[in-house]
Amino acid sequence: MKSNKKQKNEIKGFAILLAGRAGQGIKTIERIITTVLKREGLYVFATRGYMSRVRGGMNATQIRVGTSPVSAPVEKTDLFVPLAAEAFDHFASRLDSRTCVVADEVVSDGCDRTGFGFCAKVLSLPFTQMAVDAGNRVYANAAAAGAVLALLDVPVSKACEVIEETFVGKGPEVVRKNSEVLTRAYKRAEHLRFHHNLDFVFARQTDPEKHVFFSGTEAVALGALSAGTDFCSSYPMSPSTGVLTFLAQHGKECGVAVEQATDEIGAVNMALGAAYAGARAIVTTSGGGFALMGETVSLAGMTETPLTVHIAQRPGPATGLPTRTAQEDLNLVLRAGHGEFARAVYAPGDASEAFNLTQHALDTADKYQIPTFILTDQFLVDSLTMTEEKRFCFEKVKRHIVKTGARYRRYDLSDAVDGVSPRGVPGYGEGLVCVDSDEHDETGHITEDFAVRRQMVEKRLAKLPALAAEAVLPTWFGLKKAPKVLVVWGSNKAAAQEAWETVNDKTWAVCHFSQVYPFNPKVKRMLKNKKVVVMENNATGQFADLLRSELGIEIAAKKLKYTGEPFTVEEVMRILEGKV
Amino acid sequence: MLQAARQSQTFNMPEGTDIAWCPGCGNFPILATVKKALSGLGLEPQDTVLVSGIGQAAKLPQYLKCHYFNGLHGRALPVATGIKVANPQLNVLVASGDGDVYGEGGNHFIHTIRRNPDITLLVHNNMIYGLTQGQASPTSQEGMVTPVQPRGVFVDPINPVALAISLDAPFVARASAGEPEHLREMIVAAVKHKGFSLVDIFQPCVVFNKLNTYQWFAEHTYHLPESYDPTDKIEAFSRATEEGKFALGVLYRNDSRAVFEEEIGIYEDDKRPLYRRKHSAALVRALLHNRK
Repeated sequence: MKSNKKQKNEIKGFAILLAGRAGQGIKTIERIITTVLKREGLYVFATRGYMSRVRGGMNATQIRVGTSPVSAPVEKTDLFVPLAAEAFDHFASRLDSRTCVVADEVVSDGCDRTGFGFCAKVLSLPFTQMAVDAGNRVYANAAAAGAVLALLDVPVSKACEVIEETFVGKGPEVVRKNSEVLTRAYKRAEHLRFHHNLDFVFARQTDPEKHVFFSGTEAVALGALSAGTDFCSSYPMSPSTGVLTFLAQHGKECGVAVEQATDEIGAVNMALGAAYAGARAIVTTSGGGFALMGETVSLAGMTETPLTVHIAQRPGPATGLPTRTAQEDLNLVLRAGHGEFARAVYAPGDASEAFNLTQHALDTADKYQIPTFILTDQFLVDSLTMTEEKRFCFEKVKRHIVKTGARYRRYDLSDAVDGVSPRGVPGYGEGLVCVDSDEHDETGHITEDFAVRRQMVEKRLAKLPALAAEAVLPTWFGLKKAPKVLVVWGSNKAAAQEAWETVNDKTWAVCHFSQVYPFNPKVKRMLKNKKVVVMENNATGQFADLLRSELGIEIAAKKLKYTGEPFTVEEVMRILEGKV
Repeated sequence: MLQAARQSQTFNMPEGTDIAWCPGCGNFPILATVKKALSGLGLEPQDTVLVSGIGQAAKLPQYLKCHYFNGLHGRALPVATGIKVANPQLNVLVASGDGDVYGEGGNHFIHTIRRNPDITLLVHNNMIYGLTQGQASPTSQEGMVTPVQPRGVFVDPINPVALAISLDAPFVARASAGEPEHLREMIVAAVKHKGFSLVDIFQPCVVFNKLNTYQWFAEHTYHLPESYDPTDKIEAFSRATEEGKFALGVLYRNDSRAVFEEEIGIYEDDKRPLYRRKHSAALVRALLHNRK
């Protein structure tokens, strides 16, 4: 942090923007920088914006560094690291007179050419030449990382440790060359730091040993594992695929059967079959894939078979913007499946909530024998945040399965509590477990008896009040009596919280929902007689409509963003300051 | 004798169970034969799961005493695969119709054969849609006139056995509801076969299909000779694509394919079904710890 005191309403910490073409190695640089800074006892956050292509285009990663927790994107750029000349044009709006640029000579030539001389400092270093001198252009990424770490005054030895861990799989030669190039660039940049009198020095604040640094993807996948998930069938779709990949890579050691299905319908039906036979199953997908699963969601509701689906949202309709973020699929998830049945929808706000609520969603699905959903988005799953380890919950895993007797009836009404009949699985006990997508009697056999039909409809819906009573309450930032409330859900939590802390206006509170359906009945009282402003990443205000229809809450204003990018802290500040 | 009689009733539903099929329906002999085959194999209802989709054939599990999962139209195979992976100790059979398996669920048919779980698929192939009252199915013959195909079916029918052989399905048989004893033999062999097994069963629909009757099937089928070698894939394909008369019997088998649930990586050291296993939080904590 710059040594001068933080001004009022100034965004805390330091923001680095790495930008380049797909395939240039941004992720490698990001990984080296973030790992080193985290070990240095700093709070680190990284968020990725990339195009839907394997090579070329223009991708960027923002890394925020702070002495207090940071986990939301910001508009400002303190240090810009372009790996290609066109990055200047592409990210012009993110640069200003406070921005310092560090770039390869070849790239920074582009800076002068395109007229970005307004940036505070442009530091040119021969990254590529250094790499070529060492034998291969690919080492240029280590040079860029070395330069950034030198400007931040991190010991070079720490950087070399991480280089070794990063490249150990590629052999000692690659480790040695990368370390050599990183060290050379580090020395050159260190010299520039003194020469330009740059002061980006940070005080160590955290105990890195107490913090986990990982992505929302890993949080969802590990949350699933913590719930005893032992089955996952899914079809790849950005940005949800990482969960499938993670579970596949750890499936054997954790006892998870993982199958890449050949379409989403097959994926979700396989999971439902496994759940019927007693597995704890999860499916991961995005909006388009989930749209294909609708009929099976209804089947889960009808057969009262547990099913948990993780939906990482991206902008639609149809293919939309495959690698960008949105909160457009709330209505889809709320309404998916024909007919009427109970469900629960969770929308984690950060990595620890993603872990804990994935665990909770899987347990709730089994406990209530219903479909449950974890609604994340590209921003949440692709961002890396630091979380204190103690914030991850480990509830005891319960399977909610009974051993059946000879007279077992899957949909027994006399034993049902809140509409939930004891769940048997085939092969465990003497009973027969019969389930049917047709309306059925207590034994699971088809019926067209109107009285039974009414009883079964009421049984399936009796789960809703019980689910609502134990629904997760929203998190409240600010005074209970604050007259104005900014309501957010899902991944906008961090931006809203940080903006609210920065603006520091006591008349505002922030209310973040991590369960969006059903609502806890207490929510209505929390928002009563307040000026409610709802902020979300869609164009119609789906959550605002839900609050109105479910709880009769009057919405004063909707603040909507639907470009495919997440809200920045500055944007939320402008909302709170009444500037937009 | 007494034991055999009792055994034959193992899978019977209580007397008086209401059955929704039409009188004379080809599904009745198939149901009776399935029960006979399963009890003859010495299977217990408690270890047997029938899975079906939607259609008249898909109602079969209703009329049998065992576990069942009657799911969505076309989706029986992925459900059955999930069940088998979650508990390989269960005997898993799918019983559904031609519209369900070869039409709505055609994609699953292809990819389930690729996966090769140890399940048995019985397709009641009556070459018509019964439940929706008489439209063409994927196996309807060209020229068949229906209310929706008033000028007659003009698209080529699917050849399910040839398709299955082309995908190297490890057990492909064809039988007829008109020949219950032969059908029983085919079902027994299919269930015994480790890996995916298909029995395509010619079945008359007495109400809607006036073309493919019991008599028609009798006249248009023949039994594979004793000398026939079902491991010869080229010969199997040639028999499967014959026109005029259709071969009954085991058309193809390949005993060398790996079984899906055994390859998925969770049963090598631990044979227990998933619901029997204890979860280890320590493993997850270790994975979290690695992310520091």
